[in-house]
Amino acid sequence: MAEGVRRKGLGFWSSFLPGFTWMTAMYFVPLGALLVYSFYTHTSRADTPNFTTENFRKIFATDSEHPFFSRTNVKIFLLTFRIAFTVTIIDGLIAFPVAYFLAFHAGRLKQTLIMFILLPLWSSYLVRIFSWKLILEQHGLLNWVLIKLHILSEPSPDFIYNTGAVTAVLCYVWLPFMILPLTTALERLPRRLLEASADLGAGRVRTFYKITTPLVMPGLLAGCMSVFSLSIGDYVTADLVGSGRSVVGKLIFDRMGTYSNYPQAAALSLCIMLVLFIIFGILARFGAFD
Amino acid sequence: MSRHGFQWGKWLTGGFTVLVLMFLHLPVMIAIVFSFSDATIITFPIEHWTTRAYHNVLFEPSGQRLRESLGNSLMVASAATLVACVIGTLTAFAVQRYRFFGRSFYRVAIAIPLLLPGVVTGIAMLVYFTMIGIRTGLVAVLLGHITFCIPVVFSTVASRVARLPRSMEEAAADLGANLPQRLVRVVLPSIFTAMLSGALLAFTLSLDEIVVTYFLSSGTTTLPVAIYTGMRLGFKPDNLAIISMIIGVSGLLIALSQWLVRERR
Repeated sequence: MAEGVRRKGLGFWSSFLPGFTWMTAMYFVPLGALLVYSFYTHTSRADTPNFTTENFRKIFATDSEHPFFSRTNVKIFLLTFRIAFTVTIIDGLIAFPVAYFLAFHAGRLKQTLIMFILLPLWSSYLVRIFSWKLILEQHGLLNWVLIKLHILSEPSPDFIYNTGAVTAVLCYVWLPFMILPLTTALERLPRRLLEASADLGAGRVRTFYKITTPLVMPGLLAGCMSVFSLSIGDYVTADLVGSGRSVVGKLIFDRMGTYSNYPQAAALSLCIMLVLFIIFGILARFGAFD
Repeated sequence: MSRHGFQWGKWLTGGFTVLVLMFLHLPVMIAIVFSFSDATIITFPIEHWTTRAYHNVLFEPSGQRLRESLGNSLMVASAATLVACVIGTLTAFAVQRYRFFGRSFYRVAIAIPLLLPGVVTGIAMLVYFTMIGIRTGLVAVLLGHITFCIPVVFSTVASRVARLPRSMEEAAADLGANLPQRLVRVVLPSIFTAMLSGALLAFTLSLDEIVVTYFLSSGTTTLPVAIYTGMRLGFKPDNLAIISMIIGVSGLLIALSQWLVRERR
């Protein structure tokens, strides 16, 4: 923007205001409303604006105080974060070689391959989760294959309805969101730098650590951020292939649906938001938003 | 990059990419296979192959709910994409072309709907709608979908606008083109593909969204929510059949568009 500041005329306001008005009225104000509502008092009849911190205290309350909301909430939070963290790491490890191939070796095939990576996203998110039920269930595909291969003698019920299944399915569902930003980041990597590094005598490994990794970091972090936050909020996967052990999304969902306790759900959402904003803030310092 | 000898990096990462592609596509194909089952529980191999689920979805009264919800989905997704495309593109220009107070903050803030879990967006909007008296229903769903589609279009178009050289517009202005002419003849053609891919992405996301929709709808709802409610109850091939058909149709459309692009070259 070397030309400096333009005068803000009609051009600015007509392009700025529609988006600003919409996002304020439909998103920023609702987030504010969420904050206010989380301090409302919930009774079986109505939610009243008698401000209380009860909703937040309930989240961390012990069993005896509130048999309904218990310390298990904290455990649920930790479990959710553990799952999201594992998913992010695994997807990063799977996505890197793929993105590397796409950016450097795929040549003319690149666009086609990228399309094939995006293609599953075109089918339904639900079906991509549900199909894992078809695969992992006791009489599903995986057990059938393992029995045919004589690895198992009878179908095992242990492939599904546990944390491992949730982790695996989330890895599957969000993988493209890691591959794409990584590919873009690798594509933008100036080849001259890699050649210069080689000319100056750095081996491939050294070039990878000293040149490729730092320059790709923003793309990697952007991918990590999407996968992490998508995994944190996902309750459909936990609902379809998970065990009774809940995740935060499901906890909120149940407060909304089954118990109609909006203030409690709002308080829980704010807790997730707070933690995510802290993580985003840290990632932003490392250039995830660049 | 060494250009001599056997390129281990190329073949290893290439092989791995093929495996990953198979991993990405296999489950979808399995779902399609299971849509031809007539069982009421999940069993493999499939004993009786049938197209009954397809018949139900297309013609029988039992498929009525799915058909209606598909109609709702297409309606909401089209409207949301259209509105989001206009607002998102305008916002991309505002942010990339002008300096204003809080610009860099606004850039990030507008992406928040994509960064936060849908469950947060859904609850925030439901609570807010309840407070100001907007009833849950398809209109509320549409408002919600537009809200998360705007950032999608915005981020796609913004990166294109950022790379758009100002010199072309200036040249056009020097040659006497007025603002509308510059927009239509110079700017629009150069951002059109970005808008298209943003719109496509927004449409797909809207068509597939469950969480926000679940909170904001009541009774009449979109296809994913209808299917999700059905899936929680048990295995029903109908749900897989309707999605298989959608996959088939969108596959055809993609193939067609590829073919058209190839013809033009």
